[in-house]
Amino acid sequence: MAKKTMIEAIRDAHHIAMEADEKVVVFGEDVGYFGGVFRCTAGLQEKFGKARCFDAPICEGGIVGAAIGMAAYGLRPCIEIQFADYAYPAYDQIVSEAARLRHRSGGQFTAPMVIRMPTGGGIFGGQTHSQSPEALFAHVSGLKTVIPSTPYDAKGLLLASIEDNDPVIFLEPKRLYNGPFDGEHDKSIVPWSKHDDAEVPDGHYTVPLGKAKIVREGKDVTILAYGTMVHVAKKTAEDQGIDAEVIDLRTLVPLDTETIAQSVQKTGRCVVVHEATRTCGYGAELVSIVNELCFWALEAPVERVTGWDTPYPHSQEWDYFPGPKRLGAALNQIMEA
Amino acid sequence: MSKSPRKAKITTDQKLKFYKDMLLIRRFEEKAGQLYGRGLIAGFCHLYIGQEAVVVGMQDCIGDGDQVVTGYRDHGHMLACGMDPDGVMAELTGREGGYSRGKGGSMHMFSREKNFFGGHGIVGAQVPIGTGLAFSNKYKETDRVCLTYFGDGATNQGQVYEAFNMASLWKLPVVYVIENNMYAMGTSVERHASETELFKRGISFEIEGMEVDGMDVMKVREAGMKAVEHARSGKGPMILEMKTYRYRGHSMSDPAKYRKREEVDDIRSHHDPIEGLKKQLIEAGEASEDDLKAIDKDIKAVVAKSVDFAQESPLPDPKELWTDVLIESEGV
Ligand SMILES: Cc1ncc(C[n+]2csc(CCOP(=O)(O)OP(=O)(O)O)c2C)c(N)n1
Ligand SMILES: [Mg+2]
Repeated sequence: MAKKTMIEAIRDAHHIAMEADEKVVVFGEDVGYFGGVFRCTAGLQEKFGKARCFDAPICEGGIVGAAIGMAAYGLRPCIEIQFADYAYPAYDQIVSEAARLRHRSGGQFTAPMVIRMPTGGGIFGGQTHSQSPEALFAHVSGLKTVIPSTPYDAKGLLLASIEDNDPVIFLEPKRLYNGPFDGEHDKSIVPWSKHDDAEVPDGHYTVPLGKAKIVREGKDVTILAYGTMVHVAKKTAEDQGIDAEVIDLRTLVPLDTETIAQSVQKTGRCVVVHEATRTCGYGAELVSIVNELCFWALEAPVERVTGWDTPYPHSQEWDYFPGPKRLGAALNQIMEA
Repeated sequence: MSKSPRKAKITTDQKLKFYKDMLLIRRFEEKAGQLYGRGLIAGFCHLYIGQEAVVVGMQDCIGDGDQVVTGYRDHGHMLACGMDPDGVMAELTGREGGYSRGKGGSMHMFSREKNFFGGHGIVGAQVPIGTGLAFSNKYKETDRVCLTYFGDGATNQGQVYEAFNMASLWKLPVVYVIENNMYAMGTSVERHASETELFKRGISFEIEGMEVDGMDVMKVREAGMKAVEHARSGKGPMILEMKTYRYRGHSMSDPAKYRKREEVDDIRSHHDPIEGLKKQLIEAGEASEDDLKAIDKDIKAVVAKSVDFAQESPLPDPKELWTDVLIESEGV
């Protein structure tokens, strides 16, 4: 077993999936020859040839649409959209075609495919390179939506997604590619090599879709998080000395409501965090679910800590990002309630 | 009436202006690259070095009221449009004094005054927008033309062809300028395009296309005049494929390992647009080395001033986060 960055873990998953199943094909912009702008597909073309790992022109709608056709007729495409912000030109294919093929063909055809995309901010990418559009996918019936927070999970979840028989949106928090970013943007990043969750076993393993992970046990308040915010939540709980239970949802659809309900029933308090904008964000769904399942156990209203309802800013990135300060304030408030 | 100096001989003054305008872009971009290296510019920053002849030549073909729209490799277009280097540099450093008041960054700048409509980070998105600008011109019965710039990689987006069809169908005054710098990020034209002669991409829409040496400002201008006149006279769109080259990586974080060093060196030493014009000017006795050195000195001072401005301008006030989202959301 060796430590890997999230990028290396994702690359590893590709290698294993392609070795195991020749129906797996990988393509996208700059994915083949160049190995991907974030290097997640480096080495695949050399090893598996141009027929199985190749470059696509810049045409996200066409890329996703073509992958659907491939998937409907026996292949298992795992494609890359270079940034989640470029999924919008492909949104029609994702929603109207990939997500709906199974239902409207009465189960005759399906689209077993994975659409990987780097998500979230933290690199001063401004409004077209920083968004967190997970709610736009989670809202669509017929799609699964996955978002890892560690190299270990990234590999296991990606393998599970590729093997899954439905279309999966696989969001990779780009701020976590090289290290577990905890929101302390002034400090230099701690590389994954210093982190336990970077232990990535060789060979095949999966992390099942629909199973959350308790990443920090606690008795007083439950924090529901995913992606980058998992690390922010852990760090904030530690810094504030609050006995918080931090749950990494790992998949938004299907959602592990059981783990959520058990935790909130125990703690009686819940804070929901995400980097995406607030209105109609995935947090709104989480709050509803907690209210439905745990209302009588709650000792305070569920709190939401999110990005603001603004486009992702350019120079004001850290005013937007719901970092330790905002989360800390919400935790203090809910503990006093 | 807008100017139509196509036939007129190009004067020495005009040539010197081209030289100055290209050199301003070159020096500005070099400086932006340095500031990036020093951490004063963050995020994405796509330099235009090598492609200067394209915007400078094209800009000479349009006049007041004509529009320009482009993608994210936009600094050169803005300077060519006459936007203030101070405001452009300050936007790069994300300051209040920037053209988008620190909200846009390198890829997203605009100027109502100069009719510059951005600065768009999504590849290909500006092409239908430029087409719509041209529609407005026609609707308002002005004789204005919109220059819509995009890269070779962008020509593969479906919406480009939706735009071509509408523009041709409705005879819109738009000139599509394809800046073919041979690469879309790490992917060369041969690897991304089935038809690599991109000027032919309009054939099925009955849009005439021309291939142009985009490293020669005079040739750019000549082709530009023809295309702009065509669009202005109500004949509809035209496509210009500018064969050009970017010397630097795709963005500041790109080490450009997908191409050979010699390829870059060859173009730099044999086809550089600024060196080319310099040679012409000197050989024709229209300027001396010293004249051109003096120009360079002035330009360096302008760029240095923009750097001072960009460093002195304050960061945006935190409450600026909520402004310019919707009209009614001001001052939450
Ligand atoms: C819809 C969309 N897809 C992908 C990208 C990422 N991207 C930015 S620039 C670029 C290459 C574009 O190449 P080209 O059109 O040739 O322009 P150049 O950068 O060479 O000026 C890519 C793939 C993007 N910004 N938007
Ligand atoms: Mg290009």
